[in-house]
Amino acid sequence: MKKFSLLSTRAGALFLTPAAILVALFVIFPFFWVIFVSFTNRTLLGRTAVNPDFVGFANYLTLFNPETFFTRGQFGFSLILTTQFVILSALVGQALLGLLLAWLMQAVPKPLKAFTETFVIAAWILPEVVIGFAWFAFLDYDNGTLNGMLRSVGLPGADLLLQQPFWVIVFFNTWRGAAFSMMLFNSAFQSIPPSYFQAADVAGATSFQKFRDIALPLIRGHVVTDLILITMWTFNVFTPFILTHGGPSYRTELLSIYTYRIAFKDFEFGKGAAVGVIIMLINLAFALVYLRIARGRKKEEAES
Amino acid sequence: MSAGQFFSRLGYSILSCLIGVIFALPLIWFIFAPFNARAELGLAIPNPFTLQNFSTVFENTFAVRALLNSLIQALGGVVLVGFAATLAAYALSRSSVPGKGAVTYILLLFSSVVSGSAAMVPIFLIISAMGLIDSHIAVILVFGGGLLPTAMFILRDFIDGIPRTYEESAMVAGASPVQAFFDVALPVIRPGIVVVVVWAFVNIWGSFLIPFILLRSDSVMPASVAIYSFYSEAGTPIVTLLAAYSLIYSLPVIVLYLFVSWKFGFRFFGGIKA
Repeated sequence: MKKFSLLSTRAGALFLTPAAILVALFVIFPFFWVIFVSFTNRTLLGRTAVNPDFVGFANYLTLFNPETFFTRGQFGFSLILTTQFVILSALVGQALLGLLLAWLMQAVPKPLKAFTETFVIAAWILPEVVIGFAWFAFLDYDNGTLNGMLRSVGLPGADLLLQQPFWVIVFFNTWRGAAFSMMLFNSAFQSIPPSYFQAADVAGATSFQKFRDIALPLIRGHVVTDLILITMWTFNVFTPFILTHGGPSYRTELLSIYTYRIAFKDFEFGKGAAVGVIIMLINLAFALVYLRIARGRKKEEAES
Repeated sequence: MSAGQFFSRLGYSILSCLIGVIFALPLIWFIFAPFNARAELGLAIPNPFTLQNFSTVFENTFAVRALLNSLIQALGGVVLVGFAATLAAYALSRSSVPGKGAVTYILLLFSSVVSGSAAMVPIFLIISAMGLIDSHIAVILVFGGGLLPTAMFILRDFIDGIPRTYEESAMVAGASPVQAFFDVALPVIRPGIVVVVVWAFVNIWGSFLIPFILLRSDSVMPASVAIYSFYSEAGTPIVTLLAAYSLIYSLPVIVLYLFVSWKFGFRFFGGIKA
């Protein structure tokens, strides 16, 4: 039987209109507008705020100027910093910790599971400003909880926000985002038939063997999904700004924070837009990979 | 259970407990400090225990105003997203508008490519060209647009899972398509709308970057930016005020999370961030 459509094409179009206007104006238009602005010398104030000149690739050439590329506070430095940040805090930190937590949660007693999950999830759902302030207090040199603990066991305290700012934001982001990977892997583990593990138990397999030989191969697809999603989110994250402002001396200036400084502190919209375009191109690459995998999986499901 | 299994269980429990404690450490301060009359950045059992800090917050007009502003912006955004997403998702699921598949694909692509950090310059320029800088409506519109694609997909999946026979039988009984939508489909879709609305609310309520670049004056500043200015600009932060204020500000998020996981058992709340 051919399904007749419940809504006429005209009514359907009418229903779509409000969403179409909003998305066009605030998602699709900015995409093209940022490309356009990146080829101009638009600023916030002065003559070029109203009448920007077309400058061709000048903004991009400045960003990729080999003489300053790797200098602290420049584009290249920020790009490399962001890459390290994504690899360490998302791919290593969040994904591995999430995987470990999800596996542990299958095995530990219920009250312990509730305790651990509560704080892991709280770290993830609380508003970013609150989390930023919590860490600010946690790391405080004179009174912070961390330094208090270090001193109580006889170790010297450290002003980590000044001494190790990069590692602070790596641990901060791992802590903040591990919940997502944990929950994704948790539901993936639960989709494995328990009989697989029971059979392994009978054969005398250790927990690690069960993890390596049964669970991990079966959730491979989820792992790929998780890695792409957390990479994209971490790549675009702005939250460390609340903790470090990108400093001290640009040592935690991720690309998002760099864009903010160029556009809204130095008021160079053209250059800021050029950074935005590069961020979008990188996002696009990840999104295309993700959609391709998601589509492939849907097809597989439809066929099986 | 063999001895080996017992010890591996024990090891797991100790490890899980340890990770739980590490995750709890930066947050424990927030459980004590709001109730401590002499709270500092250090961890201390409230002595004396007090609710004075909360009344200090409510006596601070800027702080109260900021909470109200957060509420205005979050509710405004939620109404806009809920309204536009429901209509659009219904149309995508039930009508034969040509090119639905392509539209869905392109929207998914754009919504993940155009992030806040990439698009802050054009968003600022569009809002200032519209003359809306420093207004509630600026934040509401930007989040309306930004959250819509995801909201539409969540809802479309939800509507796809509802049998079409509901509306078909209403139409056999003489209802118009629009009546079938409002009287038959809408009540069935409601749980899906609740999920989307809660998700959008939490996203806007907790947002920092967008209001931070679009708003200037105290009269429209939401609580997120107010808290940030309390501890970043004030020199020495008034810790007691900040601790109590942060707790009040976090409360809606916690309550909504508990509500959704209790009502829907839906753990993937907020999973897709704007």
